[in-house]
Amino acid sequence: MLGRTASGLFWMARYLERFENTARLIDAGFRMSLTRARTARSEWESVLTTAGTRDLYLEHHDSFSTSRVVDFSIANRDNPSSLYNSIAAARENARMTRTALTRDVWESINETWLACKHDFEAGEFRNDLPDFLSGIRQHAALVRGTINGTMLRNEIFRFVKLGSLIERADNTARILDTKYYVLLPSSASVGSSLDRVQWEMILRSASAERSFHWLYGGVMDPGAIVDFLIHDVRLPRSIAYCYDAIVDILNGLEVEYDRRTASQDLAARHEAHITSSTSDAIIGSGLHEFLIDFIARNAALSQQIETDYRFTN
Amino acid sequence: MAGERKFFDEMHGFGDGVRAPYEDYNTILTNIDTARLKTKAVKAEEFFRRTGITFNVYGAEQAEERLIPFDLLPRIISAQEWRTLTRGIEQRIKALNAFLHDIYHRQEILRAGRIPAHLITQNEAFLPQMIGVNPPGGIYTHIVGTDLVRTGPDEFYVLEDNARTPSGVSYMLENRETMLKMFPEVFSHIGVESISDYPAMLRRSLAASPPPASTSKPTIAVLTPGIHNSAYYEHAFLADQMGVELVEGQDLKVVDGRIAMRTTCGFEPIDILYRRVDDDFLDPLNFNPDSVLGVPGIFDIYRAGGITLANAPGTGISDDKALYSYMPDIVEFYTGQKPLLKNVETWRCSEADSLAYVLENLADLVVKEVHGSGGYGMLVGPAASQSEIETFRAKLNANPSNYIAQPTLSLSTVPIFTESGLAPRHVDLRPFILVSPHAIEVVPGGLTRVAMKEGSLVVNSSQGGGTKDTWVLSDD
Repeated sequence: MLGRTASGLFWMARYLERFENTARLIDAGFRMSLTRARTARSEWESVLTTAGTRDLYLEHHDSFSTSRVVDFSIANRDNPSSLYNSIAAARENARMTRTALTRDVWESINETWLACKHDFEAGEFRNDLPDFLSGIRQHAALVRGTINGTMLRNEIFRFVKLGSLIERADNTARILDTKYYVLLPSSASVGSSLDRVQWEMILRSASAERSFHWLYGGVMDPGAIVDFLIHDVRLPRSIAYCYDAIVDILNGLEVEYDRRTASQDLAARHEAHITSSTSDAIIGSGLHEFLIDFIARNAALSQQIETDYRFTN
Repeated sequence: MAGERKFFDEMHGFGDGVRAPYEDYNTILTNIDTARLKTKAVKAEEFFRRTGITFNVYGAEQAEERLIPFDLLPRIISAQEWRTLTRGIEQRIKALNAFLHDIYHRQEILRAGRIPAHLITQNEAFLPQMIGVNPPGGIYTHIVGTDLVRTGPDEFYVLEDNARTPSGVSYMLENRETMLKMFPEVFSHIGVESISDYPAMLRRSLAASPPPASTSKPTIAVLTPGIHNSAYYEHAFLADQMGVELVEGQDLKVVDGRIAMRTTCGFEPIDILYRRVDDDFLDPLNFNPDSVLGVPGIFDIYRAGGITLANAPGTGISDDKALYSYMPDIVEFYTGQKPLLKNVETWRCSEADSLAYVLENLADLVVKEVHGSGGYGMLVGPAASQSEIETFRAKLNANPSNYIAQPTLSLSTVPIFTESGLAPRHVDLRPFILVSPHAIEVVPGGLTRVAMKEGSLVVNSSQGGGTKDTWVLSDD
């Protein structure tokens, strides 16, 4: 396969994942803004921080109002991570790699783009935000379904998977890092209702609230949340799950290409780093530092994959 | 209306009942109710949009992707009519290849004085770099899309030869797919020649002209300028259907005297490149130095026999509209036969007498740029306003040799489906032809372009034209 095609598939998947994650973040933020009007401003700020667009937002606006943050995160074309730009970039990459995609995958992405483009331009998301976001989740699920249901399990599928897993691991780390202070034992109001709402938002942002309650029976504990999102390989949005899958996929590429790459070693090292540390140890020695370090490692792996598989000249 | 020109309608002739090729279809059509047809028309458009069968319009803001309108009524050609056409096309394409070989080698036709030398040597589409080069398999035009128009039951004219990089074949194939989906039962009642193996034919035809450096089963790739090109959908479609890589210039470089593509496992040589990038942009070292679409050094590799380029560089000269006027001479010179297909009478504005005639009759003529295509930069006299005519007159006076003029042809019509029922619209026909050292294959079908606006003679998609499925009936 062409290196450029591998690159297109990888980035198509990253943007699709980002599209979905951003929608989920906005949804969680919106819920907080409804339930807790007093702290709405800082909740929206943390949504932007998680999306990595806070500084850019502040270049355009000087306060965090719901309508401005929502507009900025959904339809703003200057915001590279807006829903608009994410799905546009995903589709552009899909168009570029069209010969590698099944008809079902291409059509589901194209349809998502056409539907969203219409909503973005007509501004319809402003009328009923939860409805709009749930539509996005449905589209994202459809795309994921066609990818899983119709694609050959070969190099094409592997690069798509690598892209979504790398993006997802990054996203989960960012969700935790934005709120790391409410997960620390030193937090002034441990166990207060304020904390529980914050914890709920963390889980919701990772689509993990139902799973968490299923496993932990409704007992909210910050250590358990950290453990769940970082270490639990049963949770498809946990960092450990992502790295377990990344290592598998890179090994699969080794078999397919009959060639071992530096990416494999790097991914294996990162996986060991994640699984060898308990959540107590992580919290003890600095959750924020751990997450910042992980985000950098994850970005380095992405770079290494681009080099090893010749995404560019 | 009285006094209006009478056009030949391919379904209804000159108003004397349904013509034979349309009889069976007409019987079926009269039994489908209009409401159902309307639903089908909406479904067809949905299908095209969802599949992303779009083209980009140059000059439109942000190169907006547009759908080409698709009309549900087929354009039908009888087996007998098709045989006649095929013979004429084959003759013309043989002559074109012989002509291209000649002008890049001994230039016999110039020595014989059959066409003026300046038309070749001064032509910007003539590539001096191709002189003495022998393309693999001796083929210049691997893929051709001859534009034909019809004016009567037996009157076919070649309008353009399109030997450079003809496009539209993906529409031919998708139109048929759509029709098969919409009206499966019709195809079981009417014998229509299949066109679906075009991609396999194309692959076979290209593979028959490997370069000298090729050692095993040739590797084929399609070269596209990228996703913003107006025909990108088609490039991706063809690569996909042939099962070959779709490459861009940035994927390619010279490795060990071959053109190689960057894969996830390193560089792999390409034997045959179906390039959809114009000559000018093909190689910044040999042609336009500003091009970022091509591959530096590819022309040197080509000359050394390291790769086949389809179509060969320098074929574009045969699309020149001033040269077009000499096609009857060209066909006769190389085949020794009278041309089977008609050429449209053409006035070369570079000649003083012709220019004078053209300026006097602008309101009745079609005026085209010699290197123009896509319906851009042309004047359709009878449809133009006085001020448009005056603007064109000024252009003509400023640079006469840039233009040719032709009579306004009475293009045949075929009915389209409109809100208020069937209505005749003007059409042209672009059959696709594959040339290999063993055969000239004319695919039994083609792209029928239709002017959707009542009375309009301009069928180009960039000017709002649509398409129809084209049926060639099988012999019973």
